[in-house]
Amino acid sequence: MSTELSNVEELAIKDYKYGFQTDIEMDIVPKGLSEDTIRIISAKKNEPEWMLEWRLKAYKHWLTLHNSKEPTWANITYPAVDFQDIIYYAAPKHKPELKSLDEVDPELLKTFEKLGISLQEQKRLSGVAVDAVFDSVSVTTTFKAELSKLGIIFCSMSEAIQEHPELIKKYIGSVVPYTDNFYAALNSAVFTDGSFCYIPKGVRCPMELSTYFRINTSGTGQFERTLLIADEGGYVSYLEGCTAPMRDENQLHAAVVELIAMDDATIKYSTVQNWYPGDKEGKGGIYNFVTKRGACRGNNSKITWTQVETGSAITWKYPSCILQGDNSVGEFYSVAVTNNHQQADTGTKMIHLGKNTKSTIVSKGISAGLSNNSYRGLVKVHKNADNARNFTQCDSLLIGDRCGAHTFPYIEVSNHSAKVEHEATTSKIGEDQLFYLRQRGIAQEDAINLIVNGYCKDVFRELPMEFAVEAQKLLSISLEGSVG
Amino acid sequence: MDNSQSKNKFISAFNNVEERMNGESKSPFHQLRKAAIKKFDELDFPTVKNEDWKYTNIAPILKHDFITSADVKTNKKAIEQFLIPGLKASLIVFVNGSYSKELSHITKQAAGIRIENLDALLKNEPELVMQYFGRFAGIDNGFTALNTAFAKEGTVIIVPDNTEVDGHIHILNLSGASGKNLISQPRNIIVAGKNSRVKIIESYHSLSEEENFTNTVNEVSVGDNSYVEIYRLQRENMKSFHVNRTQARLGKNSIFTHYSVTLGGSIVRNDTNILLDDEHSTGNLYGLYLTEGSQHVDNHTLIDHAKPNCQSNEMYKGVLNDSSRGVFNGKVFVREDAQKTNAYQSNKAILLSDTAVIDTKPQLEIYADDVKCSHGAAIGQLDDEAVFYLRSRGIGEEMAKTVLIRAFANDIFETIENEVLHDHLNHLVHEKLK
Repeated sequence: MSTELSNVEELAIKDYKYGFQTDIEMDIVPKGLSEDTIRIISAKKNEPEWMLEWRLKAYKHWLTLHNSKEPTWANITYPAVDFQDIIYYAAPKHKPELKSLDEVDPELLKTFEKLGISLQEQKRLSGVAVDAVFDSVSVTTTFKAELSKLGIIFCSMSEAIQEHPELIKKYIGSVVPYTDNFYAALNSAVFTDGSFCYIPKGVRCPMELSTYFRINTSGTGQFERTLLIADEGGYVSYLEGCTAPMRDENQLHAAVVELIAMDDATIKYSTVQNWYPGDKEGKGGIYNFVTKRGACRGNNSKITWTQVETGSAITWKYPSCILQGDNSVGEFYSVAVTNNHQQADTGTKMIHLGKNTKSTIVSKGISAGLSNNSYRGLVKVHKNADNARNFTQCDSLLIGDRCGAHTFPYIEVSNHSAKVEHEATTSKIGEDQLFYLRQRGIAQEDAINLIVNGYCKDVFRELPMEFAVEAQKLLSISLEGSVG
Repeated sequence: MDNSQSKNKFISAFNNVEERMNGESKSPFHQLRKAAIKKFDELDFPTVKNEDWKYTNIAPILKHDFITSADVKTNKKAIEQFLIPGLKASLIVFVNGSYSKELSHITKQAAGIRIENLDALLKNEPELVMQYFGRFAGIDNGFTALNTAFAKEGTVIIVPDNTEVDGHIHILNLSGASGKNLISQPRNIIVAGKNSRVKIIESYHSLSEEENFTNTVNEVSVGDNSYVEIYRLQRENMKSFHVNRTQARLGKNSIFTHYSVTLGGSIVRNDTNILLDDEHSTGNLYGLYLTEGSQHVDNHTLIDHAKPNCQSNEMYKGVLNDSSRGVFNGKVFVREDAQKTNAYQSNKAILLSDTAVIDTKPQLEIYADDVKCSHGAAIGQLDDEAVFYLRSRGIGEEMAKTVLIRAFANDIFETIENEVLHDHLNHLVHEKLK
């Protein structure tokens, strides 16, 4: 078996498929962070005064935090980030006004094609409207007209600030205030763009909304800000997927995502994250420090987070739900795969405030190579959250004897009618399962893929069709060869 | 008093004790104490900002001005209520941290078995103490530092190779004097040689209704092929403060079983840490806590799998009533080389009232791949249907609830082989539930 193993290991040394850089003329603000940088970003985006003020307030708060340095409680290690060595704004110079795809810069289209997201394909076949964020500015938004007929607003954050200031003013920072944490403060100060979506009362969004983030231009930290609001009875399913070109120096990505679900509204937020994880020696790779939080404001509202995390050198991410409304539901389904020197510290927070609130957490961690994978979660049941119910399952799979898998669940219950269950297991792929499949003539590699995919099934089932296929493919690419 | 005042008080108390020493201040053992007080000065008392003390605020403990000794009259008859009826045991009694020769009674043991008071051993055979003292419990928090700095009294049990201790050894700790707040800091050392066997009960009781503070450190070494069993029974009054740390190292093929039963105390913090330091060793940690009023019970466990082929089982259960608060933090650590590890952890709690709070944190940190580790945590209340079932058979509601809680607690007790001990603990739970 050992010879087979080494074959398998060779396969692990798989190059990052999406490593390339697109040459498009860029509009870049010089490196470094100061009040001036923020003023420039705000001015370039032609933002109203209140937005700039909000950014500056966040920046001032961040400065007070900066004295105490970045948070260090997560189970990850990395050299300190030099926040003065980051380009905070980079936008393609010609922002084309587009109605059809033909007008898109062919170079850009090629990039998307390489990524496997042909806009034409998507538009024609799958009916997915794509707000493709190319570096920091939205380049193209499709299906917008169709959506606006239903009253759905789906546009870039910068557009929304111009056209729907009342909504932005009302909701931005209402779930993740700039005082929330170090990176949320940084993001609030310098965010460049992102997506905005508003689903009006009683509208069911007829298609899966999606945005593909790309990180381009060497040394650009991407600070995305996403805000999704589903008004009473609204429904939206939102996809976020990421790939980034190969690069040597570490890149910082500190996004903020805010979801707000009113009475009877449902938001499904799915992520496939496949940023450059660094090379085999752990050099390079993206730092992914994200704050994602959803508020179930209304009664009977529901927020579902589904994530497949395969990329990034370091992932530091806890999509959370604040279950304020009575009978509201929060769900978190996650597959996190780490290989080589990757580090992931990810999980969720379920804060039960309303009565009869329910939450489900299913987390599947897979560690291979020299990587470390941690689940960190909080389930908190407040005094008044009668009949709260939580079920948590977090499993870890270890592939190879030099990786680590860790579980740090926090459970805080202050209501006696709560029912909270937590289960966790850690193991390696069962020899007997492998043997069974091999015995039936299935190659080692395929057998492992089969087992790992089966292991992740509970999460993949929650992904929209288009994503589920991609996720499975990603998983086998990430793990290829590391198995033994 | 706040933390820093309290800290300074302990440091000046140390200096006072030191001044009154004659030749002893030069002894190697006292150097250990001196190093410990220095460490204590650095570490200070933990605050809730410390992740390990996140849910337990010890400030109420430090508000009191504790004294170390008081004149207490007690006799064999008076302490009978604290004994385990029908159990064959050697009895070692400490009253407010001082060994009481009159009350203690050590049964005849095989040659070579030492069951002694630390203070006496320090005078007669300091080298022997130095051989084991501080070897397992590293000074990594303020309380252990404090205990080490004031280490004087406690029980030393040394079991030589191929020997079994006859019956149980019951270490009875009594504290309190009416109108006074007392502190006692027992330091127990238990060393089981190769192929030996020893069973120990450490119990804590109050002699008064006042706030007393007990800060215990136990160091346990389990030799190859040996078996060590410890029962920690906490029955102090509802105002008492109790910090207890047990640190055990397990040798090859050895078994260490620890029971922690917490019924009394106002703020109780138990740290039970075991190091599986050689192959094929097994650690069993069982715990039960029943709380009411405003009790706060914090159980911390750490199971460190350092070597391959070891096993650990852990089960902690809690029943919380009124506005009491429970904390469970169980960490299983599997080091890189510890392949073929089998670790199982479960912790369950029942909340009986609206104001009871439970915070639990079961952690797994795993660096080896060929392992089977699992943990489960569940928090809930008594099953309504089960209560209904019992009631429909004519059992009153109170009784039905008691039956169910006892059944819940019984999972812990049914692993106890000694019938006398089993019945006694069961009886205590029953009494507490009344």
